[in-house]
Amino acid sequence: MLEFPRGFRSLRLARGQPLHARLGPVAPSLPLRTRVATGAGLAVAGLSRRVGAGEGSVIGGRVLLAVDPGALTRLAAGRPVALVSGTNGKTTTTSMLAAALGTLGPVVTNSTGANLMSGLVTTLARGRAGAPAVLEVDEGLLPRAVAGLHPSVVLLLNLSRDQLDRIGEVRIHAQRWRAALEGAPSTAVVANADDPLVVWAAGLARQVTWVGTGQRWRLDAYSCPNCGEQIDWDDSGHWACTNCSLARPQTHLSLEGEDVVLADGRRVQLQLQLPGWPNRANAAMAAAGAEVVGVDVVDGLAAMGTVAHVAGRYQVLSVDGVRVRLLLAKNPAGWAEALDLLRPAPMPVVVGINARIPDGRDPSWLWDVPFERLRGRLVIATGDRGRDLAVRLRYAEVEHRFVDGYLDAVRATGATDIDLAANYTSFQDARRELARA
Amino acid sequence: MPDRVSIALLYPELLGTYGDGGNAAVLAERLRWRGIETDVLTLGAGATVPTSCDIYLMGGGEDGPQALAARELSESGALHAAVDNGAVVFGTCAGIQVLGHEFANPDGTPHPGLGLLDVRTLRGTGQRAIGELLSEPVVDGLPTLTGFENHGAVTHLGPGVQPLGRVVRGVGNGGGDGSEGAVSGRILATYMHGPALARNPALADLLLSWVVGSPLTPLDDAEVDELRAERLRFVRRGRWRRNR
Repeated sequence: MLEFPRGFRSLRLARGQPLHARLGPVAPSLPLRTRVATGAGLAVAGLSRRVGAGEGSVIGGRVLLAVDPGALTRLAAGRPVALVSGTNGKTTTTSMLAAALGTLGPVVTNSTGANLMSGLVTTLARGRAGAPAVLEVDEGLLPRAVAGLHPSVVLLLNLSRDQLDRIGEVRIHAQRWRAALEGAPSTAVVANADDPLVVWAAGLARQVTWVGTGQRWRLDAYSCPNCGEQIDWDDSGHWACTNCSLARPQTHLSLEGEDVVLADGRRVQLQLQLPGWPNRANAAMAAAGAEVVGVDVVDGLAAMGTVAHVAGRYQVLSVDGVRVRLLLAKNPAGWAEALDLLRPAPMPVVVGINARIPDGRDPSWLWDVPFERLRGRLVIATGDRGRDLAVRLRYAEVEHRFVDGYLDAVRATGATDIDLAANYTSFQDARRELARA
Repeated sequence: MPDRVSIALLYPELLGTYGDGGNAAVLAERLRWRGIETDVLTLGAGATVPTSCDIYLMGGGEDGPQALAARELSESGALHAAVDNGAVVFGTCAGIQVLGHEFANPDGTPHPGLGLLDVRTLRGTGQRAIGELLSEPVVDGLPTLTGFENHGAVTHLGPGVQPLGRVVRGVGNGGGDGSEGAVSGRILATYMHGPALARNPALADLLLSWVVGSPLTPLDDAEVDELRAERLRFVRRGRWRRNR
């Protein structure tokens, strides 16, 4: 017997049937207002897609919510919902968890990263009634999403500095998550035990599955989120506050090298197409989430191996005779990981930096990224804020040039095989411009 | 002219929310390019702060870490002793607040600061000040200062300090007098957070000239000049209201 978390509903799930079919009489008929709203929203989204204005989630979702502001809760009613939030890894982890749940039947998911309210409602409206939903949610929206969607499970990946101009301080997120999860006793939480902010945020949740990810980013967790005193880390990665009782919890599942170690001691070797530690950590979190909603972990992990590039991340484009591999990094923690994933020097690299609203308007974080690691190769700085990067690289003593435009930046490397790393909107611009070329 | 300059970066894990460690890198490199050796001491929370460094840097921080930093520095008295020895202190964002007589706890109650600058910081009542900040410096010889601010508090200057600049765009100290930052002796503080010295090499060189004494060799700052020109254009055209 497989069980959804206590309090949501207990389900007898017979193997071999699609998950949505096993959930019994779900999909209560939607009220007229929601049906009209859904029709209007999806029509606008479809139109937006057809005219090439974009994927349509945002505009469609806005129309839908304008007609029925309560649509989120109504569209989610009758389906199990899993939410994924955190500073880094949301989109990939969501894809992995959706792949794992997909082993049981059709799943609804916002795989393109439309993680604000409009994206969530459009995803649910497009998806099959009653099918489980796996949704990536913006960190700031998570409390509202928890309240509105009554999720079965929430995955809390990590919290680090990101878009400081827009959201304010990282700890405010942790505080809001903590309050939201305290108010959702029927929601199971899967949380990263190696991130003190996440551990504190999950501290009042009724049921938590702790995952050891081996996270290395500590710059945002030197002072205790609970009491403000200092947190001590030992060499094995264990951490504890020097003053209060906040400490690394005992984990149920952990990532050790290439293996996921399960609660019963079994080791499952990861076979991922996506590179590096960050994606192994994402897989460990998704595996724990899958287990909570009743997916066999081994089956789930196998399914995650089918996830290739997600929304262009790690995609290889051929541009003008140059092979360009795309990497996305949005904040210092993400950049520290991305720099590790670059192929070795002297291969040149293009780095694109924007500071538009989705990126955060303040690129001061460039100074928190260890760009010194790029010494020994040519870096082409580009993007709206490529000049800020150029100054950063000058002080890091990295050979560099500023070149406007992604195609010209790629050409300026003079190489035939390169990596291009960019932050959020710069990544989108680069992908669009290079795909056209 | 000293043959070595020591730079202390105070509690970067507590006061380094906005890439403020960049200021240490900028100062150290600008000395090195001029043939002056530097030691950058990164002093984490709990570390003993030496009193003999030439320059002390304090960055921006979140409320809890900021209070912890203020407490550590006031208990050890190290920064006060260093200032008595003639050290240069540069504070950004939370730095200006911690250097003053008091700043606001999250609940609005006052938290004692170090009292090294005659300023008082209160919790703001309006919106958080977030965006590009441009000022015309009051200090002789400096060009326009450009940076980014992000703070909810308001800093009032006492008679013992002069402002660093007059706000052209943005909020600055926010007390209604149009002032930005504060200077007193060799202590200089600003709400231009993060790598303020990267965008304002003349300000970096002003601090260095206080330590080195003799006139500094000019450096090729063409790349920074291009960045500054782009930022000034952006702010003056009002493009900061738009998305790019």
